[in-house]
Amino acid sequence: MESNMKENIDYSSYAVVMKDIVKQFPSVLANDKVNFFVKKGAIHALVGENGAGKSTLMNQLYGLYSPNSGEIYINGEKCKIKGPKDAIKYGIGMVHQHFMLIDNQTVYENVVLGLEPKKGVFLNRKKAKKEVKNLSEKYGLQVDIDSKIEDISVGMQQRVEILKILYRGADILIFDEPTAVLTPQETDELFEVMKLLQARGKTIIFITHKLYEVMAITEKVTVMRLGKVTGEIDTKDTNPKQLATMMVGREVLLRVEKDAPKLGKKILSVSNLWVKDNRRLNAVKGVNLEIKAGEILGIAGVAGNGQTEFVEAITGLRKAEDGKIILNGIDITNFSPLQIREQGITHIPEDRIKRGLIEEYPVYYNMILGKHEEKPFSENGFLNSRFITDYSTKLVEKYDVRPRNINMLAGNLSGGNQQKMVVARELDNTPSQPKMAVISQPTRGLDIGAIEYIHKTIISMRDKGIGILLISMELDEIFSLSDRIIVFFEGETIGEVTPDEITREEIGLMMAGSKNVFHSTERGESDETK
Amino acid sequence: MKQNKLYAFLVPVISVIIALLIASVIILSVGKNPIEAYSIMIVGAFGGSEQIADTLVKMTPLLLTGLAVGFGFRAGIFNIGAEGQMTMGALLGAVVAMNIGSVPSVIAIPICIISGMIGGALWASIAGFLKAFTGAHEVITTIMLNWIAVNLSSFMVTGPLAVGSGTPKSPEIADSAKLPVVLKVQASEMSIAIFIAVVVAIIMYVYLEKTTSGYELKGVGFNPYAAEYGGISIKKSIIMTMAISGALAGMAGIVDILGVPPNRFVGELSGGRGFDGIAIALIGRNNPIGIIFAALLIAALRTGSNAMQVQAQIPDDIVSIIQGIVIFLVASERIVYSLMQLTKRKKGSAAA
Repeated sequence: MESNMKENIDYSSYAVVMKDIVKQFPSVLANDKVNFFVKKGAIHALVGENGAGKSTLMNQLYGLYSPNSGEIYINGEKCKIKGPKDAIKYGIGMVHQHFMLIDNQTVYENVVLGLEPKKGVFLNRKKAKKEVKNLSEKYGLQVDIDSKIEDISVGMQQRVEILKILYRGADILIFDEPTAVLTPQETDELFEVMKLLQARGKTIIFITHKLYEVMAITEKVTVMRLGKVTGEIDTKDTNPKQLATMMVGREVLLRVEKDAPKLGKKILSVSNLWVKDNRRLNAVKGVNLEIKAGEILGIAGVAGNGQTEFVEAITGLRKAEDGKIILNGIDITNFSPLQIREQGITHIPEDRIKRGLIEEYPVYYNMILGKHEEKPFSENGFLNSRFITDYSTKLVEKYDVRPRNINMLAGNLSGGNQQKMVVARELDNTPSQPKMAVISQPTRGLDIGAIEYIHKTIISMRDKGIGILLISMELDEIFSLSDRIIVFFEGETIGEVTPDEITREEIGLMMAGSKNVFHSTERGESDETK
Repeated sequence: MKQNKLYAFLVPVISVIIALLIASVIILSVGKNPIEAYSIMIVGAFGGSEQIADTLVKMTPLLLTGLAVGFGFRAGIFNIGAEGQMTMGALLGAVVAMNIGSVPSVIAIPICIISGMIGGALWASIAGFLKAFTGAHEVITTIMLNWIAVNLSSFMVTGPLAVGSGTPKSPEIADSAKLPVVLKVQASEMSIAIFIAVVVAIIMYVYLEKTTSGYELKGVGFNPYAAEYGGISIKKSIIMTMAISGALAGMAGIVDILGVPPNRFVGELSGGRGFDGIAIALIGRNNPIGIIFAALLIAALRTGSNAMQVQAQIPDDIVSIIQGIVIFLVASERIVYSLMQLTKRKKGSAAA
């Protein structure tokens, strides 16, 4: 639509103008003459499926890639952004989908890294801490500034990322799927932060898959599909259904359809489980729960309330200090991860980059991780290359991993496609059907088309009689999939409910530590989302 | 995939060419003719069967220590201790070879080689266990183990194993343990050791690329968290990597005694070849087949440099310079990559 713009047109009312951007990767045309215009002081949504080219576009704005052709104007000034340093110079900051933090340093050290206040040649810790503390209070981003990154939850890590770019004084902030890891309350808080930023004249580019978020906070939406812009529209003139259709190219079911569960015998029982976190503090404090065959037990909770440690104890990645984990009558407490896999527990980990895949391995090697010792993937200690190739080709097709190239290194896939790869591996029936699935954040960073597919897969696994433990920050996901919901708060189970007897807001309150939800709703949130 | 392989091959080759060009400037600056120097070097390394034998004999231990270090790298372990493991392999293997008596060679040789490998493997495993169970970094522990090995071996050849007078040395090994000689030209004799080493390189390639165990070790090297999640024991992997890496270094040590006169253990035998392994693994990009060529390159440079020094009076330090530049360029492959991109772009714009 803006293709016939003249060279000398005045872009000064735009914070960002990206004109006719083309980015070609060896196997894929990621951006095909993309035009992207963001008004100064706007909150502008950029939506699209995984692999639509959103992240590629933003990475060019942030200087991580350079476009093959096309022009970029910041505040009306034509510029070449050669790297993140340039981007920061132009006042562009990015909260990445994969956090770029140093695990064994503290929060405040991460925030000031590269721009440290100095005392002579030394880091002025007092000043650094004070500045970070002020910043975190100013924008309502509460975080323990003395904790090490490796010891805090994913949700907290994101706050550190935001603090980091604020510390650098960014004027144009790119949020790459920031709410994927947040609870509804945290999301509301983030939106408050975003509005505050906007009120102070900052411009925000908001990449997301969640259409209700687009509706809630943005003024304008740009939709991308298969490397092209398929539409730019004022938020007030559109609705989620129309946006979904623009994104996917077909109509999408936004609701999950499922029948009542057919419960079988007890599969997993956890009694009085105690687990410690990396700081050697008790993270799980005497949890009891049971899962039956053919049911989905959802665990809701704010990040960092013991869910991660709980899952790691069940899957053998972390030591259980006390208590018992029984699977089909077998005590699997403190079995090795391999033994637990052999007992029929499959696991989609919450942090796919750290746990779920090996970035340096091609897709076909990642598709067999954890199954590599089993027939037919290997025989007599030798990998069965032909089978692995055929199998991976099939899974990549079935789970829509893009691009369809099993030789591609997993680290070069987009976040959503990495997740599809992990989900494909863990939920597939080869070589044998799992008895129980521990599923953490299965759709984190996925687009609506893929979410629809993964949700259907989870439901169909349940219907085959597999017991499913579902942990998700997406309250909607917990709500629409679970047959029962348990809420974690500070390492304990604070209540058990079924999705039809409770509302979003009530469960939000439980996640904040309120045991007695049925009496606390009156004083509760006035949030009108349904 | 194909592109990656081509790229992996091109980086070292281009690095060598650049290194030779830079070195020729230095040769010019000392007033000699680089073309002459290089042709003397090539003749000196490959000009006849004697030269070839010399080169291949030099290449054998370099190839094995290169494989040892490269194997460690593939599994994310920085084994700086090939030097010490080589010495310990040679020591244990030599003790067995001295005392093996008149057993037929078909039995004696494998037993001696395996003893050497066990010597290296046990020595390396100390570092492996320390890393797996206490987290002690292998760079520190293997360096310390190198010193212990050096001193232990000097003690052995001046004390318990010492024979004769003059330079400290052990008794000669039994004849049955000596490797068969395939090529003998005047003073140079070449045993079957080089063939053994090449076969070992191929076995390592198959192991790393085709077996589940190789898949696991590489996985641990890339991402231990994901490997652990995939049911791979990290401790077991670390210890096994160290043991195999040490076994390869130990093999370098013992093969050098079984196959090269005077067929004696002489203490600090390895003359830095354990450390050369690090350079060779780097140049060969930790790929066993690449390491074969890297070892051949370094060995050829060294035999050739002797000829260059004698015939053209060009100091053989030039070889260290070439070696240094090659390693520098391979390690900073980004430079070579950018050069490749540059030529590509030039070609592209010329075509347009």
